[in-house]
Formats: sequence, structure tokens, C-alpha cells
Amino acid sequence: MSLVEPHVLSNIVVAVLLGGAVAAFAIARRSDLWSQAGRELIGRRPIAIGAIALFVSVAMLDSVAWVGGGGAAGNVLEQSRPRSVVDRMFAPDFKEKSYSAPLADIEFYGGADLSHPGSHLLGTDILGRDVLHLTLKGARVALLIGGLTSLIVIPLALLMGISAGYFGGRIDDIVFFVVSTLASIPTLLLLIALIMVLGHGPVQVCVAMGVTGWVGFCRIVRGETFKLRELDYVQAARALGVSEIGIILRHILPNLMHLVVITFVLLFSGLVLSEAILAYLGIGIDGSWGQMIDQARDELARDPIIWWNLVAASTALFALILSVNFVGDAVRDILDPKTLGEGE
Amino acid sequence: MLAYIVRRTAYGFVVVLGVLLLLFALFFLYAEPIEMARRAVGEKAPPEVLEQWVVNHGYDKPTWWNSESPGDTMLVDHFRSMLTFDFGRSDADDSPILERIRAGMGPSLSLTLPIFTVGVLLGVGLSLFVAYFRETYIDRMGVVLCVLGMSLSILLYIIGGQFLIGKMLRWFPISGFDASPAVMLRFLALPVLVGLAEGLGGSIRFYRTVFIEETGRDYVRTARAKGCGDGRIMARHVLHNAMIPILTRVVVSIPFLFTGSLLLESFFGIPGLGSMMVDAIHGNDFATLRAMVYIGALLFIAAQILTDIAYTLVDPRVRLA
Amino acid sequence: MIGPVLRIDEVLTTFPAAGTRIPVVDHVSLEVHAGEVLALVGESGCGKSMTALSAMRLVPKPGRVESGNIQLCGRDVLALSVSEMRAMRGGEAAMIFQEPMTSLNPVQTVGAQVVEAIRLHERVSFVEARKRTIEMFDRVQIPDPEQRFGAYPHQLSGGLKQRVMIAMAAAMRPKLLIADEPTTALDVTIQAQILELLRELQRELGTAILLITHDLGVVNELADRIAVMYASRIVEQGERVDVLASARHPYTEGLLRSVPAAARRGEALHEIAGVVPSPSEWPAGCRFSTRCDRVESRCGDAVPTSTQVAPGHTVDCFVVADEVAQ
Ligand SMILES: Nc1ncnc2c1ncn2[C@@H]1O[C@H](COP(=O)(O)OP(=O)(O)O)[C@@H](O)[C@H]1O
Ligand SMILES: [Mg+2]
Repeated sequence: MSLVEPHVLSNIVVAVLLGGAVAAFAIARRSDLWSQAGRELIGRRPIAIGAIALFVSVAMLDSVAWVGGGGAAGNVLEQSRPRSVVDRMFAPDFKEKSYSAPLADIEFYGGADLSHPGSHLLGTDILGRDVLHLTLKGARVALLIGGLTSLIVIPLALLMGISAGYFGGRIDDIVFFVVSTLASIPTLLLLIALIMVLGHGPVQVCVAMGVTGWVGFCRIVRGETFKLRELDYVQAARALGVSEIGIILRHILPNLMHLVVITFVLLFSGLVLSEAILAYLGIGIDGSWGQMIDQARDELARDPIIWWNLVAASTALFALILSVNFVGDAVRDILDPKTLGEGE
Repeated sequence: MLAYIVRRTAYGFVVVLGVLLLLFALFFLYAEPIEMARRAVGEKAPPEVLEQWVVNHGYDKPTWWNSESPGDTMLVDHFRSMLTFDFGRSDADDSPILERIRAGMGPSLSLTLPIFTVGVLLGVGLSLFVAYFRETYIDRMGVVLCVLGMSLSILLYIIGGQFLIGKMLRWFPISGFDASPAVMLRFLALPVLVGLAEGLGGSIRFYRTVFIEETGRDYVRTARAKGCGDGRIMARHVLHNAMIPILTRVVVSIPFLFTGSLLLESFFGIPGLGSMMVDAIHGNDFATLRAMVYIGALLFIAAQILTDIAYTLVDPRVRLA
Repeated sequence: MIGPVLRIDEVLTTFPAAGTRIPVVDHVSLEVHAGEVLALVGESGCGKSMTALSAMRLVPKPGRVESGNIQLCGRDVLALSVSEMRAMRGGEAAMIFQEPMTSLNPVQTVGAQVVEAIRLHERVSFVEARKRTIEMFDRVQIPDPEQRFGAYPHQLSGGLKQRVMIAMAAAMRPKLLIADEPTTALDVTIQAQILELLRELQRELGTAILLITHDLGVVNELADRIAVMYASRIVEQGERVDVLASARHPYTEGLLRSVPAAARRGEALHEIAGVVPSPSEWPAGCRFSTRCDRVESRCGDAVPTSTQVAPGHTVDCFVVADEVAQ
């Protein structure tokens, strides 16, 4: 029994995220550089930005949940379960017994009547769950993977990279050694080993991805910090006796923010795609599109084939990754064409 | 030069020790032996069985320090067995791990080697083509296609390949493996195709960037101004300069040759190291997992040393620091 | 040789941008005669390099020469086949660039790069080409030429690299040498040496030089004639003494007054007001009108054409044209 109910925590997270977004927006508006970059980005990739906004809204709506109002009368277990806004867009008992094709009136096997004939837009899966509902819920998992992992990767990489690049010497040697050690283990293998040891579950998977993912960004931060430290105005600030922490906060960190944004966007698609692989290996996160794809895979051998759940999950996954990739390219072009090359 | 190689290799060895320490922390400190036993034997196994499992696998020794016989700790065991490639037996089915790795290497290589070589050639060739048409519709189309390709999950490549080519067109068998070369070729065709398709988008985009960056450099303009033709500029000037980033990407993917491809092997029923990993995951086989991660890292470190040495041959600016 | 070594006539070179094509060389005409040095001057970004690259048919994609006529050693550059043009480059016409640091291939020895330049144009053995390269190195005053032959660019100083570039360009005794800001990236003392070297080569080999620069000091030292460019067009052209001593175009006057040596001591250095407008900000009519201190209302009506103010001295300016007519 945790201190806070999961759905309450989730609501708090949504509130914090919204607040953070508003704050970030307010800060960005005051800076010419960022507001201009934002405008240019929207001008260049309106469709992809729109698609991402849609995914984010769905995920947010699926994260706001409260108890009550659901379940058939008398079903206490169902009624005491918190349901999100997305859940509430579907009737509480919007289920069948097994597969049914999109908008079908009868079950796929056996041909028995459905309890909700002709109303499952994308059909139902093997357990009779509505595929549209599942697909929408997958957005939250995908964003959780990208978001939570980035929350681990970025602060960790900044901390290590800045310390190494700014202070140099012993600290740099140690960070460099840790980085080379982690970078020497093929990513997927390390990821698997970590999850096997840490155990399955969303947080563990994100932590494992975070541990394997911070190394590359740390290298970039280290290099950039090293260059920034040598700049005249930073040297001048040191000569004037500004404290090390002050210099880092005022001169180093703000000049790394564009790299943070680029890294976040470029990291995101890789993370979500890796989770799909983990899902296949049986160590992914419950409810992810990867898991849906994995579950749908076997059904392709049947005749006539069951395609709707596969198509729904893959389309959603593809659309999100594609949008993020396009936006990522544009973000990199706009903010920094030089420091981060393409590829690994 | 020799001194450089020795120094570089020595640092590589230190990193190997770092990797081993990390693995030790992961597999022995974080994961409790009794916990591993429970996962391997089953949740409901009686305590004696679990104890026995732990003893059998040598996980019952003191972790750090054994006052009676100093060499007899898990830490020492771990380092000794890894450094001497004496990986012991699988946690899941008690088979000797090293034997299985030896047996799995062949099938893995027969899958990854074609993907690797054809992939590099195709990637470099196609990206030269795209880069030659830079700033035209061909180039823009190429880039969009690459991003599309990179946005598809490998799962979809596999499912799509199996469905389209294996099931609809019936060109090649959907999965399976056979040691006799003629049959093997038919079995390998589909996974190789899928593996190629999956990697192509990313590598074309990478090589294209490299070539475009290189062809935009001042020395290319100089070569033109002295009367060099396009072909000669590519062959004599650009390719050599582009070798440096290309080398990095190519050499770094060499370990993947040996560790195989997890997904391709297990989807297509190829009994290589990738399948072995997947089995280890499903069987909670920590000993095999540890050995595989170690070997992967070892190959990676060796590949990095090779890259660094290759740099000194390709790029006169690299100083042997 | 009959006629000029290089003759550029009404050449228009454009780059695509936002749906239109921006002229970076706008109906430029100039001639370089055998053995003379023509200096092409103007602020950075006015199209000097693009003019030179157009002459060599080296305008980078997606830019292209749209119209006009270019004659190099009596041949129509725009009509030559690809292989004829290749034979021309580095053969009759050679070019050196502003950035000696990056203009040489970093992974090839400088000797091999000069040898390549020779062997692209003449069927000679490597040994023979090497011998000539070392002679050339000696001629451009590279110390230890034998040793430097096997050096990589990063092992040489900027000045030495520019000497290698000159050796490479001069190796085939070209009739025309285009030098695009050859000294801009170098230290002042090295600059003088390189200019001296160019002058010697020009005298010994009789090479005509198109010298691109924004440094009027360099012009004064080397040029026989001067062409002044502003916003993709040539605004004044004439003999060195004519242009330097009796400049007529307001832009040239402004340029001359902003040179420390030309201004009298104690007098404030003049600066042309405003900045060079980017192509999208070009005013209608005369492009200098936004910064000109003699601007009149008609300057916005049309682009001025050339008026002869003295034999061989032309100026593109309505106001000056009127003065001449009176
Ligand atoms: N690759 C290019 N694409 C688009 N515009 C270019 C390109 N190269 C040069 N330009 C434009 O052409 C104009 C003239 O450039 P350039 O001839 O290099 O000037 P200069 O040599 O006089 O300094 C500039 O306004 C520049 O912006
Ligand atoms: Mg220029």
C-alpha cells in the first residue's frame, strides 16, 4: 500500500507537467532566441507538431483519473476502480468475449451476437477489449517511456558532463572512465541485463533505459562545457570572483539548453522504438503499443487474418515516431546545425 | 606507433575490468542469489531446493572477502571465470555456456555477415547517389524515405517481411534453419532482406550527411579549380576524407556480427547467439546473460581499439597521444 | 594573343531563394587583358567571389549562370563541354582562394596535390611531375622544397599553405590567375610577402591576374585597373590612377575616404552610413541609393547604366552622368 493512490499521483504529475509547460512557455516568450525558434519550428513542421500535440493531449487526458461513475450497478470492484477521462469516453462495460472485426455485429469466432454490435470502430482484441480504447491508452505509455527516461537521462548527463568538462582533472578522468565503461557494453544487451536484474515494470524499464542512455549526451555536454569554460566572458567572471556554482548556473547551463532540447527530441523516438523490442522480449511495459503489436503477431497466421489490432497499434506508433523524427530534424537544424552530427 | 597500440590496449583492459565490476555489482550485489534461484527454479520451490541451487552454482561464497581462503570469494570467482572464458553452466538448463556460444557463432555470423557487408556497400552506394543529387527532388525524396524507414519499428519490418514475402508471395520459407549450405541460403534470404531493409534508412541518412558535408568543403572546390572531374574528386578526395566518420560507424557495428540480432534470430528460428540471449531472458538464465554481455563488451572494446588504430592510418592529423 | 584573356559580358548568376532567384552577379561586364592585374573590390557579400566562380563555371549548386557571355582565352566558357572546361581549369586559368587553411586536402601531402594538378593536364611521369613540383615550390620560396613535398597541410603555416596554393595554380603557367582574397586570412607581414610573390609571378610568367579583395591597400600595390562592385553590380571601372585619384561614384568615394592612409591626419575617418542591404532589402532603382549622400528622387526610378567619364573610366550613377553631360 503506497502513501498516495497511483491515480492521485498521476493527477499530480499532470498538474506539475502543465505548470512546468506554462512556466517554460513564459520563460521562452521572454527570450528572442527561443520564441523565434519556436515560431520557425511551427512554420516548418505544422502537421507533425499538431500530431504530437494530439498524442500529448490524449496521454494527458488518460492520466487524469478519479474514482466513481463507472462499472455496472452492483459491481463494487469495478466501481471502486479509478477511471481516466479517456476511459470515460467509453462505456464502462464496453467489452466483448473475444475478437470481433471493426464495426462487426457478430463475434469473429463462432459468430455469436455482440453486446455492442457495430460500435467497435477498430474491433476488439482476444480478450474482447476495444482496440481503439487500447490504442488511445498506449499514447500515455509511449510518452511515459520517453518522458520519464529523459527525466533521468538529462539531469544525470548534465551533472556528470558539466562536472567533467568544467572541473577537469580527476573528476574528468573518473567520469570519462565511467562513460567509456558503460559505452563499451552494447546498448541492447546492457538494457536487457539491467531490466532482468531490476525487475519488470514501467519505472524499472525507464530507469534501465536512463542508465544506458545518458552516456552519449554526457559526452556532448562535457565537450561543450569544456569549450564554454574557455570563453572570454566566463574567464572574466572567474577573474571577478564569481563562484563556480554561479558561473555554472549563469553561464554554462543556459548555453547548453538548446542541446538539451535537441537531445530530448532525438532521444525520444529511439526510446519508444527500443521499448517495442523489449515488449517482444517480454520485458516491456504493460499496455504499450509494442506489446499490442507483439500480441497481434501470432494472429497473422490465421485465416482470415486478424489485422485490426496490429494495424491500429503500428499506425499509432509509426505516426508518433515519424512526427517526432521530423520535428527532431527541424529542431536540430534550427537550434544547432553543428555540434550534434547525425547518426549515433 | 607500437607504444601507442600498447597504451591503447592497456586502457582497453582497464575498461574491461570496469565492465566486469559493473556486471558483478549487477548480478551479485543487486540481485540476491536466493532471488535468482527462485526465478530460475520457480516461485513455489521448497527452500532446500533453492539452497541447493545456490550452492550448485557457487553463489554461496562470501561476496568480497573470505578470511579462511582469500581467493575463494564470489568477486574473485567472477573475475577469474570471466577473464579465462570459463563461463560455467547455464542457470536454466545446466548446459555448458561456452559450448553453446561456440555453436551459436556460426549461425549468427551466417545471418549478420551478409547484412553487415551488403548493408555497408548498399548504404555507401545509395548515399553517394542521393548526395550527388543534393538540393534536388531526388535528394529530398531520399531523405523523406529514410526518415519514414527509420520511424518503423523493427517488429513491423519482421512481421511485414514474413507476411508479404513469406506468406503472400511465398518466395522464401518464413522461418527455420539448416546447416547444409543450399537449404540455409533459402532460409537466410528473408531475415537478411528484412535486416537490410531495417538498417538502410538510418545508414543512408548518416552517410549522406557525411558525403554532403565533405563535398561542401573548400578542398573540393580547389580540386575542381585545378581541373579534377566529379568522379576523380569522389574517388580521390572525398571518399578518403569521409573514411574517418564511416570507419567509426562500421567498426563500431562489428560486435553486432558476433552477438547476432536478437529479434531476427528468434523470429526466424535461427539458432544463433541472439536466440540464445532470448532464451536466457525467458528462462531467467543469469549466468548466460552475464557471459553474453561480457563477450559483447569485449568485442566492442576490441573494435574501438581497432578504430583508433585505423584512424592513425587514415588521417595524418591524428597524433598518437 | 588577340583580345582579352577574360571577357565577362552582361553575366547574370542567381541563387534560388523563397520562390524567386536572387541575382548574386547582376549583368556584370569586365575584361582582363593579357599580363595586367585587374582588381575587383567591394565590401564582403557583394558578389566578387561569385563573379570569379562564374568565370570558371564553378558556381556551387543550386546557383547557376543564367545569361550573358564569358570568354576565357577566346573560348566561350558557357558552351564548352565538361571535359574541355576541365582542361581549361588549372590549365589556361587557375584560381587560388581566401582560406589556405581549408583549401588543401587534409589527408594528402601537399606535394601529391600539386603533382595531381600537373598530371591532370599533361601526360608526364610521377617522377617528372615531382621534379617540377619541387621547382615550383622553390620558385614560390618555400624553404626546403624537397622536404615540404611530403608534408601534410596541417604541418605547414598559413603562409606556406598559400604558397603551395600559388605553386599549384602556377604549375601549368596559366594565362589567367584568379586570386580570391589571397591575403585576407594571413598575418600582415605574410600578406606583403604573398603580394610580392604574386607580382613576381605576374612579371616572370606574364600571367594576367584577376585580384579579388576588399583591401584598397592591396589594390594600390598591385592593380593596373580597378572594378568596384556593390550589391551584385559593378558601379565603377577604370585605370588605377583614375579610380583612386579621381573616383566619381559616391560609393567609391566613400570607400576611399574610409581608408586610413587616404584620410589626412587629424581628420575623422569617414564611414559610409548604414550597412550593405541584403538582396531582399535592395531598394528599387540604384541599389546604393539608401546609403548615398548625393541621392536624388530619380535614383529610385531605374538602375543606372554605365557612363564614360574619361577614356576607359566608366561610372554607373545618374548624378555623375548629368555632371559629365554638362
Ligand atoms: N551557396 C549559396 N547559396 C545562396 N546564396 C549564396 C551562396 N553563396 C553565396 N551566396 C550569396 O551570394 C552573394 C555574393 O557572395 P560572394 O560572391 O561570396 O561575396 P563576396 O565574395 O563579394 O564576399 C552573397 O549575398 C551571398 O549571400
Ligand atoms: Mg568572397
